[in-house]
Amino acid sequence: MEIEITINGRKRRFDVEPNKLLLNLVRDELYLTGTKYGCGIGECGACTVHLDGEAVLACMVLAVDADGRSVTTIEGVADGDKLDPVQEAYIEEGAIQCGFCTPGFIMSTKALLKENSDPSEGEIREYLKGNYCRCTGYVNIIKAVQSAAKKMQG
Amino acid sequence: MTINKVNTHIVPIEFEYHAPGSLDEAVALLEKYGEDAKILAGGTDLIPHMKQRKTEPKHIVNIKKIPELACIEETPDGIKIGALAKLRAVELSPQIREKVPMLSEAAGSIGSVQIRNLGTIGGNICNASPSADMATALMALEATVHVYGKDGAKEYPIAEFFQGRSDVSLERGELLTGFTVPYPPEGAGSAFEKVGWTTFDIATVNVAAVLTLKGGKIDHCSIALGACSPAPIKVALAEEILKGKEPTDEVLEEAMEFVAACVEPRKRWRRAPPEYRRRSSQALAMDAVGRAVEQARRHQ
Ligand SMILES: Cc1cc2nc3c(=O)[nH]c(=O)nc-3n(C[C@H](O)[C@H](O)[C@H](O)COP(=O)(O)OP(=O)(O)OC[C@H]3O[C@@H](n4cnc5c(N)ncnc54)[C@H](O)[C@@H]3O)c2cc1C
Ligand code: FES
Ligand code: FES
Repeated sequence: MEIEITINGRKRRFDVEPNKLLLNLVRDELYLTGTKYGCGIGECGACTVHLDGEAVLACMVLAVDADGRSVTTIEGVADGDKLDPVQEAYIEEGAIQCGFCTPGFIMSTKALLKENSDPSEGEIREYLKGNYCRCTGYVNIIKAVQSAAKKMQG
Repeated sequence: MTINKVNTHIVPIEFEYHAPGSLDEAVALLEKYGEDAKILAGGTDLIPHMKQRKTEPKHIVNIKKIPELACIEETPDGIKIGALAKLRAVELSPQIREKVPMLSEAAGSIGSVQIRNLGTIGGNICNASPSADMATALMALEATVHVYGKDGAKEYPIAEFFQGRSDVSLERGELLTGFTVPYPPEGAGSAFEKVGWTTFDIATVNVAAVLTLKGGKIDHCSIALGACSPAPIKVALAEEILKGKEPTDEVLEEAMEFVAACVEPRKRWRRAPPEYRRRSSQALAMDAVGRAVEQARRHQ
């Protein structure tokens, strides 16, 4: 099937089988391997991308279902070499260890801060409930979100 | 579900994909392919099932291109919610928060933000999962379901929609188009409670309650219980006991015995044994009714 998806701001055409997942399209066809496959059943959040600006799980979306829509992956977050404030904050706060969960966390954090520019710890924990991290113990992730919120408020 | 019991990396089955632009086109496809076709809404249930080959449809009918199915609007009869309304939209809708806050509370309890951005209210009900959170909430709110098929539109009470475990009363070619959720009576209090293995898990038990007080006594009363029988149910006996009485601890405790009595044990209940469900249904119903009473008192 011929489809057209705007990925990280660029319109792209693909010829895909209907059973192709969005996750595998971005990873295998575009080599955008920042988006991770963790569980494949919606529980870990490692595959989080933005679909028309909303955080969703690329392991649960058919590529054909994204036809005509716009997708942002972790690779579309930085402006060239200039990191996004959320990315900077994760690095500065030590919120990254092995880094496997980080792209998903950053995509969820960006969605959170777009909706709520000054979230409380409880709100952060609730919003990021669908992202699992096996390394950091979450404390530094919470700090990173709070620090990113401050940076973005200027 | 055991993670990686099968390869969840891909959808291992092949199918033909359809994305009809109107209800009539969708119905024609569903008529034509019958059992071989599956409707795709948010896909949060269907895609994992297909990954595990629990279902192997030859045709996928994506209904997301049908424009009118995602509405949330106030009508004289209640709030009309399209089947394709996202769980996240139901959670955040200002109209739903104002008029039927319990529905927003129940929607917000589902999965994660990412799941709620994909999953729809219609998909939640059409699964016919006894633990579906919207199902229990909509039962307590006595919603009407709207269905569309080759003979046009029809509607009936949500209780008639559930035919038991994994079965809903949709005929070949029919799809669910939405719900009308009647406005609860003036001054009503309501609450939704659930318990699962973790806060990010489907419910082991869920309970929804809507009630009003008149002169300190319970007047209107509706309690629904999920995950304890093949489909969510109304706990009519408990409702009857509570009606016309002051909600004292003794009265509530008496009524809750009837909630526990509604638990219908299944042979293989993996999540929790019957006794756990009896006790937790009782405790959750107590919390839900208690919270609804407090809310109703504040509204008086
Ligand atoms: C990690 C995770 C956590 C979850 N947590 C919860 C939870 O806490 N509580 C809960 O209740 N659920 C939970 N779910 C289940 C699921 O997300 C919800 O039931 C969701 O609402 C399903 O909606 P959907 O649009 O994604 O359905 P889909 O997967 O698109 O469809 C589900 C089924 O309904 C049929 N269908 C869909 N729409 C229609 C229609 N309009 N007419 C006729 N048939 C239709 C489909 O053919 C399919 O068989 C969870 C799922 C995951 C993966
Ligand atoms: S890989 Fe998508 S949620 Fe785990
Ligand atoms: S940093 Fe390793 S999983 Fe989060």
